[in-house]
Formats: sequence, C-alpha cells, structure tokens
Amino acid sequence: MTKQVRQLDRVVIRFAGDSGDGMQLTGDRFTSETAQLGNDISTLPNFPAEIRAPAGTLPGVSSFQVHFADYDILTPGDAPNVLVAMNPAALKANLGDLPRGADIIVNTDEFTKRNLAKVGYAASPLEDGSLDGYAVHPVGLTSMTVGALADQDVSKKDAERAKNMFALGLLSWMYSRPYESTIRFLQRKFAARPELVAANIAAFKAGWNFGETTEDFSVRYEVKPAQMPPGTYRNITGNAALALGIIAAGVRSKLPVFLGAYPITPASDILHELSKHKRFGITTMQAEDEIAAIGAALGAAYGGALGITTTSGPGVALKGETISLAVALELPLVIVDVQRAGPSTGMPTKTEQADLNMALFGRHGEAPVAVIAPRSPSDCFHAAIEAARIALTHRTPVILLSDNYVANGSEPWLLPDVDSLPDLRVEFATEPNGEDGTTFLPYLRDPRTLARPWAIPGTPGLQHRIGGLEKADKTGDISYDPANHDFMVRTRAARIEAIEVPDLEVEDPDGDARVLVLGWGSTYGPIGAACRALRQRGLSVAQAHLRHLSPMPRNLGDVLGGYDRVVIPEMNLGQLAHVIRARFLVDAIPYNQVRGLPFTAAELETMLEEVVKNG
Amino acid sequence: MAEPVALKLTTKDFKSDQEVRWCPGCGDYAILAAVQSFMPELNIPRERIVFVSGIGCSSRFPYYMNTYGMHSIHGRAPAIATGLSTTRPDLSVWVVTGDGDALSIGGNHLIHALRRNVNLKILLFNNRIYGLTKGQYSPTSEIGKITKSTPAGSADSPFNPLSLALGAEATFVARTIDSDRKHLQSVLRAAAEHNGSAFVEIYQNCNIFNDGAFEELKDAGTRDDYLIRLEHGQPITFGKDGQFCVVHPPGGFGLEVRDTAAVSPEEIVVHDSGVTEPAYAFALSRLPGLDLRNTPIGVFRNVSRPSYDNLVQSQLEAARAKATGTPEEQLAGLLTSGDTWTIS
Repeated sequence: MTKQVRQLDRVVIRFAGDSGDGMQLTGDRFTSETAQLGNDISTLPNFPAEIRAPAGTLPGVSSFQVHFADYDILTPGDAPNVLVAMNPAALKANLGDLPRGADIIVNTDEFTKRNLAKVGYAASPLEDGSLDGYAVHPVGLTSMTVGALADQDVSKKDAERAKNMFALGLLSWMYSRPYESTIRFLQRKFAARPELVAANIAAFKAGWNFGETTEDFSVRYEVKPAQMPPGTYRNITGNAALALGIIAAGVRSKLPVFLGAYPITPASDILHELSKHKRFGITTMQAEDEIAAIGAALGAAYGGALGITTTSGPGVALKGETISLAVALELPLVIVDVQRAGPSTGMPTKTEQADLNMALFGRHGEAPVAVIAPRSPSDCFHAAIEAARIALTHRTPVILLSDNYVANGSEPWLLPDVDSLPDLRVEFATEPNGEDGTTFLPYLRDPRTLARPWAIPGTPGLQHRIGGLEKADKTGDISYDPANHDFMVRTRAARIEAIEVPDLEVEDPDGDARVLVLGWGSTYGPIGAACRALRQRGLSVAQAHLRHLSPMPRNLGDVLGGYDRVVIPEMNLGQLAHVIRARFLVDAIPYNQVRGLPFTAAELETMLEEVVKNG
Repeated sequence: MAEPVALKLTTKDFKSDQEVRWCPGCGDYAILAAVQSFMPELNIPRERIVFVSGIGCSSRFPYYMNTYGMHSIHGRAPAIATGLSTTRPDLSVWVVTGDGDALSIGGNHLIHALRRNVNLKILLFNNRIYGLTKGQYSPTSEIGKITKSTPAGSADSPFNPLSLALGAEATFVARTIDSDRKHLQSVLRAAAEHNGSAFVEIYQNCNIFNDGAFEELKDAGTRDDYLIRLEHGQPITFGKDGQFCVVHPPGGFGLEVRDTAAVSPEEIVVHDSGVTEPAYAFALSRLPGLDLRNTPIGVFRNVSRPSYDNLVQSQLEAARAKATGTPEEQLAGLLTSGDTWTIS
C-alpha cells in the first residue's frame, strides 16, 4: 500500500525502556541515522546510576531523547512528540512529559498483569481509556521480533533482546531515516558472533517492514536536511569531543599528554577514549584514587608533559590540596570536572552546575585558578584546547567545568581544520636567567603573563627545588617574610587576572533589549531557544554566555551595566549570580532549578517573558 | 655501547646553597651526608636526578640536594613521582618520606607504587614518631606509646613497614640505619641498581621526640647481639662469633633464631634475596620483636619484574610504531573517523 508522506520541520522522539532494553544504543543509532540525513540534532540521554535496577520498575527506566529538525536547534526538546515505551514502567515514568496528541508506541507484550502491578497500575492503561488523548500504537514488539527471528540460529533470549532493533527499524521507517550506518554498526558490534549480526539486522528489517505494511501507521514523515554551514560533520557527545580536544592540544603543543584519572560517573568515558590513542603520545593512568590521579598528572607536568586529570565533583573535592600545590608550584595542569548532581554521591547520572563555587573558591588559602566551561557537546573540543592554552601559557591549573548534560548529550559537529587550531607550543627554560648569567631564578616572571619559567628536570644547570612552602619572589627559596608572602599572594591573583580572554559577546538582534540573560556552561541551548521564542513573538531580549568564569571577560561590567535587568538562570541555587552581585553590584535576578535535568526552553521563556514585560 | 663518560662529580656538587634546618643532632643529617657522598658514584648528571618528598621533617630533604626536587604535599610523593617517572624514563627519581608521610596519610600511594613497580627509589626515614608536628605517635610507634596525643598510651598496633611493602609485592625491600654510613650506602647502591620500585627503610633517630629509639642497634655493647646483617648467599648468623643463627623450623611457617651451637650447619638458612615468593622475605621481616632484638638489616628481597614505566613506555612505542603520517595528519584522520557527512 502507498503511505501518505507528511513533511515536518522538527520532531522529538523519546525511547524509553528498562535499563537492560538497550535504549541508549537504540537512541544513539537513530541519532546517527538522522545525522547522516543532515538534520540538526540535539540529544538527551537519561539513565539511572544502577547498572541493572530491578527489571520493570520505575527506578530502572532508561531513556534517550533525540530532537531533530530542518533548521538549527539548540536543545533536545522540551516535550516528546513520540514516546516509544518498551514496558509499563517506561510509559508511567514518561507520560507526564507528553503533550496531548503525542504518539505513543507501546510494547504490548510487556503489559502483563505482573508488570502493571510492579508500577502500580491497577488496570492496563491501554484498556482503561486513560490514554484516550494520545495516539497510541500498540505493537507486540517482543513477540513480533521473536516471530521474525524464528528461522535464525539464535536462542529465544537473544531473539527477545533484539526487540530494540525492531523498534529502531519501525521508527527509522516512520521518519524515513537512512539505515546503512546501522547495518554497518551491527556488523562491527557483533563481528565475533555472525548469528547475532544476522538476527539484529533481521529484527531491524522486520520493524521497518512492519511499518510499511501495517495499517496502524498510515503516515510516514520526512524532515528535510537543515541549512547548515558547509563542511564535514559528525555527531559527537561532549565527553568524546573533550577527549579529542585533549588529543588536539597534545598535537598542537607537541607535548606528551599524561592523563591521571580514577573511574567516576560521568567522566570515565574521557579516560576510556584517551586510553585508545597512545599513538599520539598519550599516557593514561587509572590511579588508585582521585588524589593519586591528579598527583601523577602534576608530576608529569613537572617533567614537561601536558598533565590532565578528569573527574566529577566528588573527585575535585579530593583533589583540592593538589590543586593548591599546583597553584604554589605554578605548573600547568588541566582539571576536568564533569559535574553531576550533588552533594555527596547525589545523583551520579544527572546533571547540575553546582560545582562553580568549588571551582572558584574551593581550596585552602588564596588559591586562584582559571575556570572555563563549554556551552555544548561539540564546544567541549574547543574548551579543552582553550584550557590547555591557558594552562601552558600561564603555568596554572585550569578547571574545565563540563556537566552531565553536555558530556552525554550529542549534536552535529562541523569538523575543524587541524591547521586552524591554535598553536600551543611552549618554550622550556634552557638557560640561567639571573643577572649574573649563571644563576637560575625559578620564580622570575614574564612581565606580560607573570608566568614563571618552566624548567624541566634534565635541563643542565637549572637544577632547582620547588615546593608547597611559601617561596621568595624570584629565587623560589623558602620564605616566611611577611611582605614577601603578601606580595606572592597578590601576584598569584594578578597572574590569573592577567590571562587574556575574549570579550563577552552579546546577542541582541533587535538591538533594543532592556533585559539581559546571562548564563554559563550547558544552559546555553535552553536559554538560546527561549530567547529565540520570545523574539519570534516580538519581545526583545539579549543573551550573553560566559565561557571564562575566571578570569571573567574584561568587558563584563560594561555589558551588565547596559541593561535594566540581568537574569541569571543556573542549575544550582545561584552561584554565578552571587559572584556577579558581589563583583559588579548588579541586582541580578537568579533563576534556579536543581532537578538533575536541563532547563526546558519553555520554562525559561515563561520566566523571561515575565521579566521582559514587568521588569 | 660506549663506556659512560666519568662525570667526576663530588659530594660537594650535590650540596645545595640552602641552609640545612633540622634540629641539631637529628639523624637526618647523617642520612643527607651519606646520600650526598653516595650520589657521585651513580655517575648520573645532577640534572637527571630528582628528589620528590611529601611533608614531615624528612621531606625537607630535596631542598638540600643540588638536583631537581619537589617538596610536595603530605603523603602524595609516590603518586607525584609516579607521573614523573612514567613520562620521563630518562630520570633517576627518588622519593624521600617518613613513617607518618608514607604509612599513615600516604599509605595508599605507597602500596600502589610498590605493586605497580614504578621505577622509584623510596627512602622511608622511620623514627617512629611525628617530629614536625611536635611529638605525636606515628603508625610505627609501639603500642602503649605515651605521647602528646596519647597520654594514656597508644592503642594502635604499629605497622611493620617491611612486612607491608612485601605484602604489596615490592620487588626490592631493604632496611638500614642512619648512623651506619657504610651499610646505608651499600643499600643505596643496590637500590639504585634495581629496575623498579626499591623500598628502603632507614631507622632514623629523632633526638627531640623519640631519642634513642634504635639505641640497641647502635650501641657498641648491644648491636652485635641485636642486629642481623643480611648478606646474599651467606648463612644467616649473628652475635659474638656468630653464636646465633636463623633457621626454618620444620612444620612452622616462619623463621626463628636459635643458638648456632644447638643446630647443625645445614639447618642454618642461607640468605637469598632473589627468592621469588615473598613469603621468605616476609618471614625475615617478622623476626624482630618490639625490643629490637633480631633486627635484620640489608637487602631482604631483590627480584626482577617488569617496571610500570617500562610497560607503559613499550605500549606507547608499539602504538607509535603502527601509526603513519604526521601527528597533524593522524589527528585529522581521527576527527573524521566514524560516521561523517558532508554538506556542500
């Protein structure tokens, strides 16, 4: 039969199922197919910390949301147009996010009395009329998959496990996605077990064919490619982009890279990725703890490597003393904090921006460091290079504040030309720098950057000792002199302030906005989407987004002074707002949310509309 | 390979311009002098030697050596030195630490450096007390020790540092004494020649807070009866005219001290520091009691196992050998790997 084809400009699909149902993989594949088609994309994985929570329960639900469009988009979407619910728990956990009229594809095989009872459904929502406001498509995903694989040489269990590929096939048909990359992916993934390659491809094709033949799906959709700048693209998560940025920093600095890391969610993927690229001269060490991880990175930096440690908030707390040592030693070091919801273990797989205070202030003594934050998954690549640039040029620890939202979310990335990346080469000290021509003064500073020489062991004639004790200016000898300590403390602060960072750019297309929205890090997308929506409705609002949080752009005070109201949305209780109010005496309006999820564009739009209209 | 050029360095070359600031009479002076006068023997240029320390009296050591040096933070020297040694196999990296630094706050890093077999020479100055914080008991202080923080006596059982290191499967484990320069230097020599982690416990006197802690091992009247000088390949006897010996009693797990006259010569254990199984060296480490009787000094264990540094470097080299193109070309290839699409 010929199906009707309808054009859409954007779609949000959420795949939801049990932790063991392979929803992350399904979403990832759908995203990859969609990227191949040239749509703009933004994704939001959302999964529990437990590897396998009890099957069929609400805490065990894992989901993956993908937003794709024929224009450039900024967020994974507020509300799904389509929910794929692999079991009753997935339906119950996600129904509240669906607007009326949304499509729901349910795996009816899992809607058994027992599974319904597990999540507190007295009657099946498929039968009691409670889903009347939605377009429900009941599909026996499991039984149809098993049926389709009857001739395959696989166990019933393996056949059942392929149901996610059936679902992917169905959705790929519905949205006219190219599937060649998925076939290739399955061939790679199950290379060692050809029978699984065949079974999963068969399940995928069965899902596709089901869509084509069943009368339940009468419409097929198309979303045309987005108008995007020319070039080569790939879909990338923030953690992958960050790892590539570190590799690029190694290549562009011509230094060996040393990563010290201890496994921690959601940062471990950076360690995994970097451990695969030894050919670039990258050493990865899985240390015995967070402290050893940064200690080893600092030791490597002392020896002339680009030293990096990757972690999340709890790890940064443990690394604080070593960051202070790096402040005193004035050695380059990059500390990546992929933030997650705290305090303590908190919600390890959920996002938050609540480590800003710790990054800025969380050390003993006056211990200033540089702090930067990426705004999107692909921006993690450039943020990593920028962190390395500051660390190497200014001989300072740099904290890079990523978060779970950008780390695991993905978007299309216009691949940069390698030659266009910054030149990060450094000069090690090779000669005595004292006036007598023979003395080496390890704390004699570059007058512009205030950075001290990087004299690595192995350099003849420059033997010197450094340490955590206060040092005398220039000589680096131990000093308890009051005036010297005062001078050194102020100098360490001035060193950070001397870091050159680009001026803050303001986006105000109407040019007459009286309200500025100031954000940092991963809120860029939702804030941008909210501002666009307001502008489309004829309201003026300006957006500025901080990448550099320490030091802040020099024009920030002037920018803030140019608006009647400044609104600061953050996924914390107002940490940037606090700093802005203290430093600039601006009566900024904090807007805060700590639910472990990114802002929706809609809630920001509502809030900003109120400020724009009523001040 | 060409003969290495003799550098003709002297003790003086290893003295830095910094004033040494330990308490007068501290055992650290003797260790510093012994190390400084031993260093020329290595025939390694000073710039390729690095001393890394933690916090404590002993950890001031790097300031006094005219080499590269880092006085780091409490307990973390083995971790910092691991990063340095792993990325810079051309360096000779020494860690100076104390009983509090290495066994209390830094215990984790010590055992992991040892089990990895990082190419570090770890000198643990053991004075069985916290000196820099003015006299609290340490993890090697004897149980019942009365100190500022334990007026009723310590309730903590002490660590035996050598047993701990052997439990962590250290490949080189030795003990020596601050006041015996000749023996100290012989142990340093063996440690320096070892590829991998070399763990050296140095009994060191704190004359302010724990004076005389090892007196019986130093006093001319007692030391021969107390000390067991281990020598590879030699039967283990000690005391006046070798009147005591070490035997492995049948049926038992460990080693015991006997009167030499009461056993047949073939029962006396012949010291072999190369025994692969750590149980033998562990048994040796258990010989002394809290009264310091039967204290072995010398090299307990010296076995060969690939060092972490070598393993890491060979992985890097193997990966590099397979790579083609400039790093920039490789990076461009990596960026475009996987599923890409082009918009024209």
